[in-house]
Amino acid sequence: MTAQPIASPAIHVQGLRKSYGKHEVLRSVDFDVVPGSIFALLGSNGAGKTTTVRILATLLKADAGAASVNGFDVATQPANVRESISLTGQFAAVDEILSGRENLALVARLRHVEDPDAIADDLLRRFSLNEAGARRVSTYSGGMRRRLDIAMSLIGSAPVIYLDEPTAGLDPEARIEVWDAVKELTRYGTTVLLTTQYLDEAEQLADRIAILHQGRIIVNGTLAELKQLFPPAKVEYVEKQPSLEEIFLAVIGGGDKCDADGTTTGGRG
Amino acid sequence: MTAYFFSDTAALTGRTLRHVTRSMDTIITTAITPVAMMLMFVYVFGGAIDTGSVSYVNYMLPGILLMTIASGISYTAFRLFTDVKSGIFERFQSMPIARSGVLWAHVITSLVANLIALVLVVCVAVLMGFRSGAGVSAWLAVAGVLLLFTLALTWLAVIPGLSASSVEGAGAFAYPLIFLPFVSSAFVPTKTMPGPVRWFAEHQPVTSIVNTIRNLFAQQPVGDDIWTALAWCVGILVVAYILAMAAYRRKIA
Repeated sequence: MTAQPIASPAIHVQGLRKSYGKHEVLRSVDFDVVPGSIFALLGSNGAGKTTTVRILATLLKADAGAASVNGFDVATQPANVRESISLTGQFAAVDEILSGRENLALVARLRHVEDPDAIADDLLRRFSLNEAGARRVSTYSGGMRRRLDIAMSLIGSAPVIYLDEPTAGLDPEARIEVWDAVKELTRYGTTVLLTTQYLDEAEQLADRIAILHQGRIIVNGTLAELKQLFPPAKVEYVEKQPSLEEIFLAVIGGGDKCDADGTTTGGRG
Repeated sequence: MTAYFFSDTAALTGRTLRHVTRSMDTIITTAITPVAMMLMFVYVFGGAIDTGSVSYVNYMLPGILLMTIASGISYTAFRLFTDVKSGIFERFQSMPIARSGVLWAHVITSLVANLIALVLVVCVAVLMGFRSGAGVSAWLAVAGVLLLFTLALTWLAVIPGLSASSVEGAGAFAYPLIFLPFVSSAFVPTKTMPGPVRWFAEHQPVTSIVNTIRNLFAQQPVGDDIWTALAWCVGILVVAYILAMAAYRRKIA
């Protein structure tokens, strides 16, 4: 179950604790994330996922324990940590009043990269938001908003990206759009810390999965390792009925995407 | 990082200014209450109020301008509150930027938005017969006092903007400020008020500021009022800034 020794993890978390009053949210959380991998922190609502991300994003101080990102300590070198990360929020913290292009250009300006407008145009193209680029974000669908959110986090090429519940509240079609966007991230060698409460999302995307439950990591391993924790698979013959999700996607014409996804998962797993 | 303080603040100010220019209704609603008050007082009550040789619109404009600022800064609190609630505030705080630039952007935007609303109200007052022979330096002094007052109240607005738990709460703190001019020399001379009310009216910040602006418009000597007015503005500014920074540190800690 334990990973092979890691020379220098992109994220290192040890004995992290946090309480709000008497309510213990994190009771000693430990995990490491290998550079360039997607690490899923899986857990139900209130398990402490967002609290962990907020500590790792220097937005919240831990009561005890240590955490470092890209080799920088979150408590003592917060500025270096902020240079190393990009946060995409649970509630898609994009500016509703600005257009998609203006959102991207603003982040590019704040990251002090050259030619913010060219970067904005390039990202709009890459995330298929070209036509919507000049429109106010308040007119975007949930999936478009989340894709814009992820596109914003790419600016400045931070080595570590946090995706806090990237598909919460999205319809199945938009969820697949976001998954494709996340897979796009790893092509550039970015380390991704993903929090989610959806099992299939972790299965689809993550190289390693840790289950956070009541403030502790209770399991941590690859999907194959996690599967070994359970009794061996039995062979049963069951008539394959299409799931409602498959029907939904077929009817609205998202079937091709679904197939493409199926193949990638097969390759991965 | 702090080397980028000005460029970061400029980028963030550009963003918040767009919020204002894309919802000009917030400027209109800022100006509408003071304009309505001005119409009421000049055309309904004004005839019954004895302000000596001064025309009533000239007499009450300074108070109306302060009322405009008080209603304008509730939008500052609202805009900041929306940023905090939506999560974009945290996104900015997690970025390698001069973090206080997020607050300064709101403060600068507040000054600009209030200035536009003030100009609008003065234009309406001119249509209603407001006239002043004040020269450029007197007008600049009026603008300076109003900007200082706006800056002080803006930092006051930052406190609920950061710490309010509801939209209503974020805006509600402005109501007492909007009505403060009523218990001052803004609409009626304080000498007609009964003892304790008169004492309050003569010793609260609005009266000295109103008297200063009124005298500047009327080309009269401002006397000690201007020092009292400046002391109040700077005092409110310092206290509000300290409390706002404390609220800010609580938020980002």
